[in-house]
Amino acid sequence: MQSTSSTLGLPSAKAVQIARRQRIQDFLFHAITQFFSMLVLFVLAGIIGSLLINAWPALKTFGPGFFLDDEWDIVNDQFGGLISIYGTLVSSIIALAIAVPLSFGIAVFLTEMCPDFLKRPLGTAVELLAAVPSIIYGMFGLFVFAPIFGDYVEPVLQATLGKIPLLGILFSGPTNGIGMLCAGLILAMMILPFIASVMRDVFEIVPPVLKESAYGIGCTRWEVVTRIVLPYTQAGVVGGVMLGLGRALGETMAVTFVIGNASRISPSLFAPGSSIASTLANQFGEADAGLHFSSLFALGLALFFITFVVLALAKWMLLSMEKAKGVKS
Amino acid sequence: MKTMFNLNQIDSEGLGSKVNMNTENNSQSSDAVNALEIRNLNFYYGSFKGLKDINMNIEEGKVTAFIGPSGCGKSTLLRTMNRMYDLYPGQRAEGEINFYGNNILNPGQDLNLLRSRIGMVFQKPTPFPMSIYENIAFGVRLYENLNRSEMDERVEWALNKAALWTEAKDKLNQSGLSLSGGQQQRLCIARGVAVKPSVILLDEPTSALDPISTGKIEELISELKNDYTIAIVTHNMQQAARVSDYTAYMYLGSLIEFGKTDELFIKPKRKETEDYITGRFG
Amino acid sequence: MSQIANINQAVFARRQRTNKIGLTLSMLAMTLGMIFLIWILATLFIKGFAAVNLNMFTMSTPAPGSEGGGLANAIIGSLMLIVSCTLISTPVGVLAGLYLSEYGDRSKIAAVTRFVTDIMLSAPSIVIGLFVYALFVAQVKHFSGWAGTIALALIAVPVVVRTTENMLRLVPGSLREAAYALGTPKWKVAFYVTLRAAKSGIMTGILLALARVSGETAPLLFTALNNQFFSTNMNAPMANLPVVIFQFAMSPYDNWVDLAWGGSLLITFAVLGLNILARVVFREKAQG
Repeated sequence: MQSTSSTLGLPSAKAVQIARRQRIQDFLFHAITQFFSMLVLFVLAGIIGSLLINAWPALKTFGPGFFLDDEWDIVNDQFGGLISIYGTLVSSIIALAIAVPLSFGIAVFLTEMCPDFLKRPLGTAVELLAAVPSIIYGMFGLFVFAPIFGDYVEPVLQATLGKIPLLGILFSGPTNGIGMLCAGLILAMMILPFIASVMRDVFEIVPPVLKESAYGIGCTRWEVVTRIVLPYTQAGVVGGVMLGLGRALGETMAVTFVIGNASRISPSLFAPGSSIASTLANQFGEADAGLHFSSLFALGLALFFITFVVLALAKWMLLSMEKAKGVKS
Repeated sequence: MKTMFNLNQIDSEGLGSKVNMNTENNSQSSDAVNALEIRNLNFYYGSFKGLKDINMNIEEGKVTAFIGPSGCGKSTLLRTMNRMYDLYPGQRAEGEINFYGNNILNPGQDLNLLRSRIGMVFQKPTPFPMSIYENIAFGVRLYENLNRSEMDERVEWALNKAALWTEAKDKLNQSGLSLSGGQQQRLCIARGVAVKPSVILLDEPTSALDPISTGKIEELISELKNDYTIAIVTHNMQQAARVSDYTAYMYLGSLIEFGKTDELFIKPKRKETEDYITGRFG
Repeated sequence: MSQIANINQAVFARRQRTNKIGLTLSMLAMTLGMIFLIWILATLFIKGFAAVNLNMFTMSTPAPGSEGGGLANAIIGSLMLIVSCTLISTPVGVLAGLYLSEYGDRSKIAAVTRFVTDIMLSAPSIVIGLFVYALFVAQVKHFSGWAGTIALALIAVPVVVRTTENMLRLVPGSLREAAYALGTPKWKVAFYVTLRAAKSGIMTGILLALARVSGETAPLLFTALNNQFFSTNMNAPMANLPVVIFQFAMSPYDNWVDLAWGGSLLITFAVLGLNILARVVFREKAQG
């Protein structure tokens, strides 16, 4: 009894001092961690700023029409972004068109059809595929895939789809393998595991009771997937697809190796082209200060802007998916 | 250990009469010292009022138990005593809680200092991801500067107080997580005791444990009250009857009745109390 | 009666068919994906191993037209870049992650920061290279290993921040409360209790960031550039595997192409190895 009465609840003088020191330490902790977390905001501002500043000479000279001009003449200092932007967009769209259905199939397989003992190894295999660096895909594309593509696949495409009246022009021209279509395919291989992982993750969030009640009224597995799972996860799926698009747009090495790096726009998918990233990768090292240099920065600005918008939309969709999960689960 | 008594012996005299909640319980002796005096305490979760006008004393050196059905506010009340609610924005308390005369609801109150004087043990055992020795030394080191041998002594003393020394003395360097559930909870009690607070708050300390561990901890509580003031929240009425000197019955955020445990369980002054104790509602 | 049964049969059969087709296509998709994986890895191993010999680790990159040579300078250069990147990005990322998890619920700025961090996770790495060029290389008029390090760190930090925050959020609130109940100041709760409890998850995040950064080429193109000779001077252009591969692969020299394959194999081993290590670390600690 005596000990509690004598302490009277009061802290010792030393403890008071320690508490004062701790208050300062906590303040510093808050300030320092906040600073580091806000660094990313500073970096973002820095990126936009430095791109704008360095692109300004070109933008001032060519005006906003820069982005629609298909001239890229290094010798005569005439630059326009259309060739590269076209290449970036077309290769990414091809990649999406192929990767999205395949990813969907893989995600369906992993969540609905895969026997349990295979689920983890196959899932891990897909994730490891996503981790393979893009330069490996580039090497593979250039030395292995493109030759085979050019020798066997492109002629077949030309002989079949190339005969269709309007569509045929997409498949015309020399079949070298290297070109826009090949770049799109390699990109598809690159973003496929990524989108598949995201889709699989959102498919797994679906509450089992939802699926069970569908099975209970006699739905087939495919119907459960397309009519229950997909609508429930649609925001997440769209978000995942857009994330894949964002990656495809900015991809450098996989594309640079196989797109052919030609400074013109061709109607044929077999023809070589350029993407913004491949142009930068190939030309930045040797660009002299001046309009060439500045135009390259303008291209970088365009790429950053496009990617930022796509990724922001993707993030927004995924966030709404998470909110829905919070409400429904 | 207090024995179980036959609840059917409750005297029906005096039941049902309304007790004015503002007149204090007069069950305390005149020279009792109060560790905590709660005055007009209201608590809000956002706009929801979780505690309504609580007035009571926690007497020094005694065990005060809080009982009541789920959601009655007993844990909320306990957590105001060490201002644990301060961690969560949107939760706030109004009124006074005097800790040896010092109002701890004062915005200028240093919370870390307060919590070094009023300790808490939680429902789920929460050993830190460190060795058993470090678990105990961690809290001590915050406010005291002990050398190695003094710290060893304090650790041994604390583990003894929690009746864990014999089981733990050969594995002081092993992780706290290597202990069983009951042992982990005793480690948490040792941790709370080691910093020598004045008051120890126990929030349903045995509800996650098996009966044997529960029994051991109830023995501990009876011994600890010799040196500490103890407030315990429990959903187990029999436990309250076994270990406490005073009991407070709460319902829907209000303090319905407060008094000496023997009196409250045998002759509750309020009908609501009697209904709860006799199990007329859960 | 029998007519109704016939109609039901037709619909039912169609649904069954759609189901079979859909599921078969899905399985084909999976098979196709696995075929690609195996094809790519097999190619890599076959061509890469063909190029692996002792010289690859002991000799520096060969000059155009000269025979033989190795990748020693590129290997060392890459290691130096990755290590220095980790040394910078780990504290920055962990501290930022701490802020977002311990203070992040109360502030609008935290929500914006989290959003932007996620976007930077997938931002085109070549643009990061441009930015670092404009900021660091153009000012001092020369390429350097340090510029390369910064570019890599800008890519690694978002990864570390997000995994750190997620792992810290998994630590139960009751553990934090127990520490606060002793009178522990917030920073000590964060470092000695919360961070320690999330240790293995955070290490996984760091390993994953490492893996990501090991394979990046674009950010190094305009920052660290490349160096034909052996050098450990971070203040000058630094040899590194990805840029060497890029330059050698599209060249007309056979030995250069072989070295490109050898380097690709090395990078892939590093990246996959780090990924697998990260998973193992996490799984072990989660069970232990």
